[in-house]
Amino acid sequence: MKPSTTARLNTTLAWVLLVFLVAPALVAIPVSLTSKTFLSFPTDELSLQHYRKLFGSAEWMSSFWQSTVIAVASTLLATATGTLCAIGLWRVSSKAGEVMRAVLLLPLVIPPIIAAMAFYRLFVPLGLIDSYPGLILAHTVLAAPLVLITVSASLAGFDVRLEQASRGLGASGWTTMRRVILPGIKPGVMAGAVFAFISSWDEIVVTLFLSKFSVYTLPRRMWNGIRENTDPTVAAAAVVLMVVTLVAFLIWALAARARAKGLKHG
Amino acid sequence: MTPARPRLNAGWLLVLPLLALVVALFLGPIVNILWLSVTDPEPGLGNYAALFTSDSLGKILWTTLRICVICTVISVILGYSIAYAMVHAAESDRKRMLSLLLVSFWISVLVRTFSWLMLLGRNGLVNNGLEAIGVISQPIAFMRNELGVLIGMVHYMVPYAVLPILASMQAMDGRVVSASRSLGATGAQTFWRVYLPLTRPGVVAAALLVFIINLGFYVVPAVLGGGKVLMVAEYISVQVLITLRWGTAAMLAALLLFGVLALLFLMSRFMKLSTVFGGART
Repeated sequence: MKPSTTARLNTTLAWVLLVFLVAPALVAIPVSLTSKTFLSFPTDELSLQHYRKLFGSAEWMSSFWQSTVIAVASTLLATATGTLCAIGLWRVSSKAGEVMRAVLLLPLVIPPIIAAMAFYRLFVPLGLIDSYPGLILAHTVLAAPLVLITVSASLAGFDVRLEQASRGLGASGWTTMRRVILPGIKPGVMAGAVFAFISSWDEIVVTLFLSKFSVYTLPRRMWNGIRENTDPTVAAAAVVLMVVTLVAFLIWALAARARAKGLKHG
Repeated sequence: MTPARPRLNAGWLLVLPLLALVVALFLGPIVNILWLSVTDPEPGLGNYAALFTSDSLGKILWTTLRICVICTVISVILGYSIAYAMVHAAESDRKRMLSLLLVSFWISVLVRTFSWLMLLGRNGLVNNGLEAIGVISQPIAFMRNELGVLIGMVHYMVPYAVLPILASMQAMDGRVVSASRSLGATGAQTFWRVYLPLTRPGVVAAALLVFIINLGFYVVPAVLGGGKVLMVAEYISVQVLITLRWGTAAMLAALLLFGVLALLFLMSRFMKLSTVFGGART
Protein backbone atom coordinates (compact mmCIF):
# COMPACT_ATOMS: atom_id res chain seq x y z
CA MET A 1 0.00 0.00 0.00
CA LYS A 2 1.27 3.49 -0.85
CA PRO A 3 1.66 5.65 2.26
CA SER A 4 -0.89 8.46 2.40
CA THR A 5 0.02 12.14 2.53
CA THR A 6 -0.84 12.22 6.24
CA ALA A 7 1.46 9.28 6.93
CA ARG A 8 4.31 10.93 5.02
CA LEU A 9 3.68 14.19 6.85
CA ASN A 10 3.77 12.29 10.13
CA THR A 11 7.08 10.65 9.20
CA THR A 12 8.59 14.08 8.54
CA LEU A 13 7.23 15.35 11.84
CA ALA A 14 8.68 12.31 13.64
CA TRP A 15 12.14 12.97 12.21
CA VAL A 16 11.94 16.61 13.29
CA LEU A 17 10.87 15.52 16.77
CA LEU A 18 13.66 12.96 17.03
CA VAL A 19 16.31 15.48 16.00
CA PHE A 20 14.74 17.90 18.47
CA LEU A 21 15.14 15.25 21.20
CA VAL A 22 18.90 15.07 20.74
CA ALA A 23 19.91 18.50 19.42
CA PRO A 24 19.31 20.70 22.51
CA ALA A 25 21.81 18.70 24.56
CA LEU A 26 24.49 19.53 21.99
CA VAL A 27 24.17 23.22 22.92
CA ALA A 28 26.60 22.57 25.78
CA ILE A 29 29.37 22.10 23.18
CA PRO A 30 29.45 25.65 21.73
CA VAL A 31 28.89 27.16 25.18
CA SER A 32 31.91 25.25 26.51
CA LEU A 33 34.05 26.76 23.72
CA THR A 34 33.19 30.39 24.44
CA SER A 35 36.11 32.77 24.86
CA LYS A 36 34.21 34.83 27.42
CA THR A 37 34.35 34.25 31.16
CA PHE A 38 30.60 34.05 31.66
CA LEU A 39 28.09 31.54 30.33
CA SER A 40 27.43 32.56 26.73
CA PHE A 41 27.59 31.43 23.14
CA PRO A 42 30.89 32.13 21.39
CA THR A 43 30.57 35.12 19.09
CA ASP A 44 33.91 35.70 17.41
CA GLU A 45 36.52 33.21 18.52
CA LEU A 46 36.60 29.77 20.09
CA SER A 47 38.68 28.94 23.11
CA LEU A 48 39.62 25.85 25.06
CA GLN A 49 40.26 27.83 28.23
CA HIS A 50 37.28 26.32 30.06
CA TYR A 51 38.52 22.80 29.40
CA ARG A 52 41.95 23.83 30.67
CA LYS A 53 40.27 25.23 33.76
CA LEU A 54 38.20 22.06 34.20
CA PHE A 55 41.17 19.70 33.92
CA GLY A 56 43.43 22.03 35.92
CA SER A 57 41.00 22.41 38.81
CA ALA A 58 41.74 20.26 41.84
CA GLU A 59 38.06 20.37 42.81
CA TRP A 60 36.68 19.21 39.45
CA MET A 61 39.36 16.54 39.18
CA SER A 62 38.57 15.19 42.62
CA SER A 63 34.90 15.04 41.62
CA PHE A 64 35.82 13.07 38.49
CA TRP A 65 37.82 10.65 40.57
CA GLN A 66 35.09 10.28 43.20
CA SER A 67 32.36 9.77 40.60
CA THR A 68 34.49 7.12 38.93
CA VAL A 69 35.24 5.27 42.17
CA ILE A 70 31.58 5.31 43.22
CA ALA A 71 30.32 4.29 39.78
CA VAL A 72 32.82 1.43 39.42
CA ALA A 73 32.24 0.10 42.94
CA SER A 74 28.46 0.25 42.72
CA THR A 75 28.56 -1.29 39.22
CA LEU A 76 30.54 -4.27 40.56
CA LEU A 77 28.19 -4.74 43.51
CA ALA A 78 25.02 -4.24 41.49
CA THR A 79 26.18 -6.54 38.69
CA ALA A 80 27.14 -9.31 41.10
CA THR A 81 23.98 -9.20 43.22
CA GLY A 82 21.70 -8.48 40.25
CA THR A 83 23.09 -11.33 38.16
CA LEU A 84 22.91 -13.85 41.01
CA CYS A 85 19.37 -12.76 41.74
CA ALA A 86 18.31 -13.07 38.09
CA ILE A 87 19.73 -16.59 37.91
CA GLY A 88 18.06 -17.46 41.21
CA LEU A 89 14.65 -16.23 40.07
CA TRP A 90 15.10 -18.00 36.74
CA ARG A 91 15.73 -21.26 38.56
CA VAL A 92 12.87 -20.76 40.99
CA SER A 93 10.47 -19.73 38.20
CA SER A 94 7.32 -19.77 40.27
CA LYS A 95 4.54 -17.40 41.20
CA ALA A 96 6.40 -16.48 44.38
CA GLY A 97 9.47 -15.76 42.28
CA GLU A 98 7.54 -13.30 40.12
CA VAL A 99 6.23 -11.49 43.19
CA MET A 100 9.81 -11.33 44.47
CA ARG A 101 10.94 -9.91 41.12
CA ALA A 102 8.31 -7.16 41.35
CA VAL A 103 9.48 -6.30 44.88
CA LEU A 104 13.11 -6.13 43.80
CA LEU A 105 12.25 -3.82 40.90
CA LEU A 106 10.70 -1.29 43.30
CA PRO A 107 13.87 0.86 43.53
CA LEU A 108 13.44 1.49 39.81
CA VAL A 109 9.84 2.67 40.00
CA ILE A 110 9.65 4.48 43.32
CA PRO A 111 10.47 8.18 42.73
CA PRO A 112 14.14 8.98 43.47
CA ILE A 113 13.12 11.69 45.91
CA ILE A 114 11.57 9.05 48.18
CA ALA A 115 14.70 6.89 47.84
CA ALA A 116 16.76 9.94 48.77
CA MET A 117 14.70 10.50 51.92
CA ALA A 118 14.96 6.83 52.87
CA PHE A 119 18.75 6.66 52.46
CA TYR A 120 19.19 9.97 54.24
CA ARG A 121 17.06 8.90 57.18
CA LEU A 122 18.96 5.62 57.49
CA PHE A 123 22.47 6.98 56.93
CA VAL A 124 22.46 9.93 59.33
CA PRO A 125 22.51 7.81 62.52
CA LEU A 126 24.94 5.34 60.91
CA GLY A 127 27.39 8.12 60.03
CA LEU A 128 27.29 7.15 56.35
CA ILE A 129 26.30 10.61 55.06
CA ASP A 130 29.02 12.20 52.94
CA SER A 131 30.98 8.96 52.74
CA TYR A 132 32.00 6.58 49.96
CA PRO A 133 30.23 3.53 51.48
CA GLY A 134 26.97 5.48 51.80
CA LEU A 135 26.90 6.62 48.17
CA ILE A 136 28.14 3.28 46.84
CA LEU A 137 25.46 1.32 48.73
CA ALA A 138 22.71 3.75 47.67
CA HIS A 139 23.75 3.65 44.02
CA THR A 140 24.01 -0.15 44.18
CA VAL A 141 20.39 -0.47 45.32
CA LEU A 142 19.23 1.88 42.55
CA ALA A 143 21.31 0.17 39.84
CA ALA A 144 20.78 -3.52 40.67
CA PRO A 145 17.22 -3.67 39.23
CA LEU A 146 18.62 -2.60 35.85
CA VAL A 147 21.01 -5.56 35.95
CA LEU A 148 18.19 -7.84 37.07
CA ILE A 149 16.12 -6.79 34.03
CA THR A 150 18.83 -7.21 31.39
CA VAL A 151 20.15 -10.49 32.77
CA SER A 152 16.61 -11.87 33.08
CA ALA A 153 16.02 -10.97 29.43
CA SER A 154 19.19 -12.88 28.51
CA LEU A 155 18.14 -15.88 30.58
CA ALA A 156 14.76 -15.96 28.86
CA GLY A 157 16.63 -16.83 25.67
CA PHE A 158 18.93 -19.34 27.38
CA ASP A 159 18.19 -22.99 26.71
CA VAL A 160 17.38 -24.59 30.05
CA ARG A 161 18.42 -28.01 28.62
CA LEU A 162 22.05 -26.84 28.57
CA GLU A 163 21.93 -26.55 32.33
CA GLN A 164 20.20 -29.90 32.67
CA ALA A 165 22.79 -31.52 30.39
CA SER A 166 25.62 -30.08 32.45
CA ARG A 167 24.08 -31.31 35.70
CA GLY A 168 23.25 -34.66 34.10
CA LEU A 169 26.89 -35.08 33.04
CA GLY A 170 27.87 -34.72 36.69
CA ALA A 171 28.93 -31.05 36.97
CA SER A 172 28.21 -29.42 40.33
CA GLY A 173 25.82 -26.46 40.64
CA TRP A 174 28.73 -24.07 40.98
CA THR A 175 30.61 -25.47 37.97
CA THR A 176 27.43 -25.35 35.89
CA MET A 177 26.92 -21.72 36.86
CA ARG A 178 30.52 -20.73 36.07
CA ARG A 179 31.10 -22.81 32.93
CA VAL A 180 27.64 -23.02 31.35
CA ILE A 181 25.19 -20.37 32.54
CA LEU A 182 27.46 -17.34 32.93
CA PRO A 183 29.12 -17.67 29.49
CA GLY A 184 25.67 -18.05 27.95
CA ILE A 185 24.33 -14.82 29.42
CA LYS A 186 27.52 -12.76 29.23
CA PRO A 187 26.15 -10.10 26.84
CA GLY A 188 23.20 -9.51 29.19
CA VAL A 189 25.51 -9.18 32.19
CA MET A 190 27.72 -6.74 30.26
CA ALA A 191 24.73 -4.63 29.22
CA GLY A 192 23.46 -4.63 32.80
CA ALA A 193 26.85 -3.48 34.04
CA VAL A 194 26.86 -0.60 31.55
CA PHE A 195 23.38 0.48 32.70
CA ALA A 196 24.49 0.28 36.31
CA PHE A 197 27.57 2.39 35.58
CA ILE A 198 25.58 5.10 33.79
CA SER A 199 22.87 5.18 36.42
CA SER A 200 25.46 5.85 39.11
CA TRP A 201 27.59 8.18 36.96
CA ASP A 202 24.58 10.43 36.19
CA GLU A 203 22.75 10.09 39.51
CA ILE A 204 21.87 13.42 41.11
CA VAL A 205 18.73 13.37 43.29
CA VAL A 206 19.91 10.84 45.90
CA THR A 207 23.42 12.29 45.71
CA LEU A 208 22.07 15.76 46.58
CA PHE A 209 20.92 14.32 49.90
CA LEU A 210 23.93 12.14 50.64
CA SER A 211 26.90 14.23 49.56
CA LYS A 212 27.98 17.29 51.53
CA PHE A 213 31.67 18.26 51.49
CA SER A 214 34.14 15.42 51.41
CA VAL A 215 32.42 13.28 48.79
CA TYR A 216 31.29 15.49 45.94
CA THR A 217 30.47 13.71 42.69
CA LEU A 218 30.58 15.24 39.23
CA PRO A 219 26.80 15.69 38.89
CA ARG A 220 26.79 17.19 42.40
CA ARG A 221 29.37 19.82 41.42
CA MET A 222 27.58 20.45 38.14
CA TRP A 223 24.35 21.00 40.02
CA ASN A 224 25.99 23.81 41.99
CA GLY A 225 27.41 25.29 38.81
CA ILE A 226 23.99 25.18 37.15
CA ARG A 227 22.37 26.84 40.17
CA GLU A 228 24.99 29.64 40.14
CA ASN A 229 24.65 29.87 36.37
CA THR A 230 27.79 31.92 35.70
CA ASP A 231 30.93 29.85 35.19
CA PRO A 232 31.36 28.26 31.72
CA THR A 233 33.44 25.46 33.25
CA VAL A 234 30.08 23.78 33.88
CA ALA A 235 29.52 23.59 30.13
CA ALA A 236 32.86 21.84 29.68
CA ALA A 237 31.96 19.42 32.49
CA ALA A 238 28.58 18.78 30.82
CA VAL A 239 30.34 17.90 27.58
CA VAL A 240 32.67 15.47 29.39
CA LEU A 241 29.73 13.90 31.24
CA MET A 242 27.90 13.48 27.93
CA VAL A 243 30.94 11.97 26.18
CA VAL A 244 31.35 9.35 28.92
CA THR A 245 27.64 8.51 28.66
CA LEU A 246 27.83 8.17 24.88
CA VAL A 247 30.90 5.93 25.05
CA ALA A 248 28.96 3.69 27.45
CA PHE A 249 26.04 3.80 25.01
CA LEU A 250 28.30 2.56 22.23
CA ILE A 251 29.57 -0.28 24.41
CA TRP A 252 25.98 -1.20 25.18
CA ALA A 253 24.98 -1.06 21.51
CA LEU A 254 27.87 -3.38 20.59
CA ALA A 255 26.93 -5.77 23.40
CA ALA A 256 23.32 -5.73 22.20
CA ARG A 257 24.47 -6.59 18.68
CA ALA A 258 26.60 -9.45 20.03
CA ARG A 259 23.59 -10.65 22.00
CA ALA A 260 21.34 -10.57 18.93
CA LYS A 261 23.96 -12.57 16.99
CA GLY A 262 24.28 -15.03 19.86
CA LEU A 263 20.52 -15.60 19.85
CA LYS A 264 20.51 -16.14 16.10
CA HIS A 265 23.27 -18.72 16.21
CA GLY A 266 22.36 -20.26 19.54
CA MET B 1 15.35 -35.03 36.57
CA THR B 2 16.66 -33.66 39.80
CA PRO B 3 14.04 -33.46 42.52
CA ALA B 4 12.41 -30.05 42.72
CA ARG B 5 13.18 -29.19 46.31
CA PRO B 6 16.98 -28.71 46.37
CA ARG B 7 16.86 -26.69 43.12
CA LEU B 8 14.26 -24.41 44.63
CA ASN B 9 16.38 -23.75 47.69
CA ALA B 10 19.51 -23.05 45.66
CA GLY B 11 17.57 -20.53 43.58
CA TRP B 12 16.33 -18.59 46.59
CA LEU B 13 19.85 -18.55 48.01
CA LEU B 14 21.02 -16.58 44.97
CA VAL B 15 18.22 -14.06 45.43
CA LEU B 16 19.22 -13.45 49.02
CA PRO B 17 22.11 -10.91 48.68
CA LEU B 18 20.11 -8.44 46.61
CA LEU B 19 17.00 -8.99 48.70
CA ALA B 20 18.97 -8.24 51.86
CA LEU B 21 20.35 -5.02 50.34
CA VAL B 22 16.97 -3.82 49.10
CA VAL B 23 15.14 -4.63 52.34
CA ALA B 24 17.77 -3.22 54.69
CA LEU B 25 18.67 -0.08 52.75
CA PHE B 26 15.51 0.73 50.85
CA LEU B 27 12.24 -0.88 51.87
CA GLY B 28 12.95 -0.76 55.61
CA PRO B 29 13.70 2.98 55.67
CA ILE B 30 10.66 3.64 53.46
CA VAL B 31 8.43 1.89 55.97
CA ASN B 32 10.10 4.07 58.59
CA ILE B 33 9.14 7.17 56.58
CA LEU B 34 5.52 6.00 56.31
CA TRP B 35 5.57 5.58 60.07
CA LEU B 36 7.00 9.09 60.51
CA SER B 37 4.11 10.56 58.54
CA VAL B 38 1.72 9.56 61.34
CA THR B 39 4.06 10.10 64.31
CA ASP B 40 6.09 13.25 63.66
CA PRO B 41 5.82 15.80 65.23
CA GLU B 42 3.04 14.06 67.23
CA PRO B 43 1.09 10.81 66.76
CA GLY B 44 -2.05 11.15 64.69
CA LEU B 45 -3.20 12.20 61.28
CA GLY B 46 -2.24 15.87 61.75
CA ASN B 47 0.12 15.86 58.79
CA TYR B 48 -2.59 14.56 56.49
CA ALA B 49 -5.18 16.97 57.89
CA ALA B 50 -2.86 19.82 56.88
CA LEU B 51 -3.60 18.91 53.27
CA PHE B 52 -7.08 20.34 53.71
CA THR B 53 -6.14 23.34 55.82
CA SER B 54 -2.85 24.53 54.38
CA ASP B 55 -3.06 26.72 51.27
CA SER B 56 0.56 26.16 50.29
CA LEU B 57 0.24 22.36 50.34
CA GLY B 58 -2.92 22.49 48.27
CA LYS B 59 -1.26 24.81 45.79
CA ILE B 60 1.77 22.55 45.42
CA LEU B 61 -0.33 19.45 44.84
CA TRP B 62 -2.49 21.29 42.31
CA THR B 63 0.58 22.62 40.45
CA THR B 64 2.10 19.13 40.39
CA LEU B 65 -1.05 17.47 39.09
CA ARG B 66 -1.72 20.14 36.50
CA ILE B 67 1.81 20.07 35.08
CA CYS B 68 1.89 16.26 35.11
CA VAL B 69 -1.39 15.99 33.20
CA ILE B 70 -0.43 18.55 30.55
CA CYS B 71 3.03 17.04 30.14
CA THR B 72 1.58 13.52 29.86
CA VAL B 73 -0.93 14.49 27.18
CA ILE B 74 1.67 16.28 25.05
CA SER B 75 4.31 13.55 25.49
CA VAL B 76 1.91 10.76 24.55
CA ILE B 77 0.69 12.57 21.41
CA LEU B 78 4.26 13.26 20.26
CA GLY B 79 5.30 9.74 21.26
CA TYR B 80 2.45 8.26 19.24
CA SER B 81 3.53 10.18 16.17
CA ILE B 82 7.13 8.95 16.50
CA ALA B 83 6.10 5.35 17.19
CA TYR B 84 3.74 5.36 14.20
CA ALA B 85 6.47 6.66 11.91
CA MET B 86 8.91 4.07 13.25
CA VAL B 87 6.57 1.14 12.68
CA HIS B 88 5.87 2.26 9.13
CA ALA B 89 9.46 3.15 8.23
CA ALA B 90 11.87 0.97 6.28
CA GLU B 91 14.17 -1.21 8.37
CA SER B 92 17.25 1.05 7.99
CA ASP B 93 15.28 4.21 8.81
CA ARG B 94 13.73 2.53 11.80
CA LYS B 95 17.17 1.68 13.15
CA ARG B 96 18.32 5.28 12.75
CA MET B 97 15.18 6.54 14.48
CA LEU B 98 15.67 4.11 17.35
CA SER B 99 19.28 5.24 17.76
CA LEU B 100 18.25 8.90 18.03
CA LEU B 101 15.58 7.93 20.54
CA LEU B 102 17.99 5.91 22.67
CA VAL B 103 20.76 8.53 22.55
CA SER B 104 18.35 11.13 23.89
CA PHE B 105 17.22 8.59 26.47
CA TRP B 106 20.79 8.14 27.64
CA ILE B 107 21.99 11.74 27.90
CA SER B 108 22.01 12.83 31.52
CA VAL B 109 19.00 14.82 32.66
CA LEU B 110 21.41 17.31 34.19
CA VAL B 111 23.15 17.98 30.87
CA ARG B 112 19.80 18.37 29.12
CA THR B 113 18.46 20.72 31.75
CA PHE B 114 21.63 22.79 31.57
CA SER B 115 21.23 23.03 27.80
CA TRP B 116 17.66 24.25 28.15
CA LEU B 117 18.92 26.91 30.52
CA MET B 118 21.25 28.13 27.75
CA LEU B 119 18.53 27.96 25.11
CA LEU B 120 15.59 29.46 26.97
CA GLY B 121 17.13 32.23 29.07
CA ARG B 122 16.51 35.95 28.47
CA ASN B 123 19.71 36.02 26.42
CA GLY B 124 19.36 32.42 25.32
CA LEU B 125 19.65 31.18 21.78
CA VAL B 126 15.90 31.02 21.23
CA ASN B 127 15.16 34.57 22.35
CA ASN B 128 18.17 36.02 20.55
CA GLY B 129 17.30 34.11 17.41
CA LEU B 130 13.68 35.26 17.43
CA GLU B 131 14.77 38.85 18.06
CA ALA B 132 17.34 38.71 15.27
CA ILE B 133 14.78 37.67 12.70
CA GLY B 134 12.36 40.24 14.07
CA VAL B 135 9.60 37.94 15.31
CA ILE B 136 9.64 39.46 18.79
CA SER B 137 10.90 42.74 20.23
CA GLN B 138 10.95 41.71 23.89
CA PRO B 139 12.46 38.43 25.12
CA ILE B 140 9.81 35.83 25.93
CA ALA B 141 9.91 34.51 29.49
CA PHE B 142 10.55 30.80 28.90
CA MET B 143 12.04 30.13 32.29
CA ARG B 144 11.10 30.45 35.93
CA ASN B 145 7.57 29.61 34.89
CA GLU B 146 5.44 26.61 33.99
CA LEU B 147 6.20 26.95 30.29
CA GLY B 148 9.90 26.28 30.87
CA VAL B 149 9.19 23.37 33.20
CA LEU B 150 6.82 21.87 30.62
CA ILE B 151 9.31 22.22 27.77
CA GLY B 152 12.03 20.50 29.80
CA MET B 153 9.74 17.75 31.09
CA VAL B 154 8.10 16.92 27.75
CA HIS B 155 11.55 16.77 26.16
CA TYR B 156 12.64 14.27 28.80
CA MET B 157 9.46 12.18 28.71
CA VAL B 158 8.88 11.63 24.97
CA PRO B 159 11.20 8.56 24.71
CA TYR B 160 9.40 6.98 27.68
CA ALA B 161 6.09 7.53 25.88
CA VAL B 162 7.34 6.06 22.58
CA LEU B 163 8.49 2.68 23.89
CA PRO B 164 5.21 1.19 25.22
CA ILE B 165 3.28 2.56 22.22
CA LEU B 166 5.86 1.10 19.86
CA ALA B 167 5.56 -2.28 21.59
CA SER B 168 1.78 -2.33 21.17
CA MET B 169 2.00 -1.25 17.51
CA GLN B 170 4.54 -3.95 16.75
CA ALA B 171 2.40 -6.58 18.46
CA MET B 172 -0.60 -5.66 16.31
CA ASP B 173 -1.60 -7.83 13.37
CA GLY B 174 -1.01 -5.58 10.35
CA ARG B 175 -3.60 -7.47 8.30
CA VAL B 176 -6.49 -5.80 10.13
CA VAL B 177 -5.53 -2.50 8.48
CA SER B 178 -5.54 -4.10 5.03
CA ALA B 179 -8.86 -5.76 5.84
CA SER B 180 -10.38 -2.44 6.87
CA ARG B 181 -9.12 -0.73 3.70
CA SER B 182 -10.29 -3.52 1.41
CA LEU B 183 -13.74 -3.36 3.01
CA GLY B 184 -13.93 0.23 1.80
CA ALA B 185 -12.89 2.32 4.80
CA THR B 186 -10.82 5.43 4.10
CA GLY B 187 -7.34 5.85 5.58
CA ALA B 188 -8.65 8.22 8.22
CA GLN B 189 -11.54 5.92 9.14
CA THR B 190 -9.18 2.99 9.39
CA PHE B 191 -6.89 4.94 11.70
CA TRP B 192 -9.57 6.27 14.05
CA ARG B 193 -11.84 3.23 14.09
CA VAL B 194 -9.35 0.35 13.84
CA TYR B 195 -5.73 1.31 14.39
CA LEU B 196 -6.05 3.69 17.34
CA PRO B 197 -8.43 1.46 19.37
CA LEU B 198 -6.12 -1.52 18.85
CA THR B 199 -3.12 0.42 20.17
CA ARG B 200 -5.03 1.78 23.16
CA PRO B 201 -3.31 -0.49 25.73
CA GLY B 202 0.04 0.92 24.65
CA VAL B 203 -1.26 4.48 24.85
CA VAL B 204 -2.69 3.93 28.33
CA ALA B 205 0.51 2.27 29.53
CA ALA B 206 2.60 5.10 28.07
CA ALA B 207 0.40 7.74 29.70
CA LEU B 208 0.60 6.04 33.08
CA LEU B 209 4.36 5.55 32.83
CA VAL B 210 4.97 9.18 31.89
CA PHE B 211 2.60 10.39 34.58
CA ILE B 212 4.31 8.27 37.24
CA ILE B 213 7.78 9.56 36.38
CA ASN B 214 6.48 13.13 36.21
CA LEU B 215 4.89 12.99 39.66
CA GLY B 216 8.24 12.62 41.41
CA PHE B 217 10.32 14.66 38.94
CA TYR B 218 12.87 16.80 40.74
CA VAL B 219 15.65 18.12 38.51
CA VAL B 220 13.76 19.84 35.70
CA PRO B 221 11.16 21.66 37.84
CA ALA B 222 13.83 22.73 40.32
CA VAL B 223 16.14 24.20 37.67
CA LEU B 224 13.79 25.48 34.98
CA GLY B 225 11.11 26.47 37.48
CA GLY B 226 13.71 28.58 39.25
CA GLY B 227 11.87 28.48 42.58
CA LYS B 228 8.72 29.90 40.98
CA VAL B 229 7.14 26.53 40.09
CA LEU B 230 7.17 24.38 43.20
CA MET B 231 6.31 20.72 42.66
CA VAL B 232 6.04 17.94 45.24
CA ALA B 233 9.56 16.52 44.91
CA GLU B 234 11.28 19.88 45.35
CA TYR B 235 9.00 20.75 48.26
CA ILE B 236 9.91 17.47 49.98
CA SER B 237 13.61 18.19 49.63
CA VAL B 238 13.15 21.65 51.15
CA GLN B 239 11.23 20.14 54.10
CA VAL B 240 13.92 17.53 54.73
CA LEU B 241 17.10 19.53 54.13
CA ILE B 242 16.17 23.09 55.10
CA THR B 243 13.13 23.45 57.32
CA LEU B 244 13.59 19.96 58.85
CA ARG B 245 9.87 19.26 58.94
CA TRP B 246 10.06 15.50 58.54
CA GLY B 247 6.37 14.94 59.28
CA THR B 248 5.16 17.01 56.33
CA ALA B 249 7.84 15.59 54.03
CA ALA B 250 6.95 12.04 55.08
CA MET B 251 3.25 12.68 54.51
CA LEU B 252 3.92 13.96 50.98
CA ALA B 253 6.26 11.04 50.31
CA ALA B 254 3.54 8.64 51.46
CA LEU B 255 1.01 10.28 49.10
CA LEU B 256 3.50 10.10 46.25
CA LEU B 257 4.35 6.48 47.03
CA PHE B 258 0.78 5.26 47.19
CA GLY B 259 -0.11 7.28 44.12
CA VAL B 260 2.71 5.69 42.15
CA LEU B 261 1.96 2.17 43.36
CA ALA B 262 -1.75 2.54 42.55
CA LEU B 263 -0.91 3.76 39.04
CA LEU B 264 1.56 0.91 38.55
CA PHE B 265 -1.13 -1.54 39.53
CA LEU B 266 -3.48 0.09 37.04
CA MET B 267 -0.76 -0.05 34.41
CA SER B 268 -0.19 -3.77 34.99
CA ARG B 269 -3.82 -4.29 33.95
CA PHE B 270 -3.11 -2.79 30.53
CA MET B 271 0.34 -4.11 29.76
CA LYS B 272 2.77 -6.61 31.11
CA LEU B 273 5.07 -4.42 33.17
CA SER B 274 8.10 -6.34 31.98
CA THR B 275 7.36 -5.18 28.42
CA VAL B 276 7.59 -1.60 29.62
CA PHE B 277 10.55 -1.85 31.94
CA GLY B 278 12.33 -4.53 29.97
CA GLY B 279 11.66 -2.64 26.75
CA ALA B 280 12.60 0.69 28.18
CA ARG B 281 16.30 0.07 27.83
CA THR B 282 16.60 -2.38 24.99
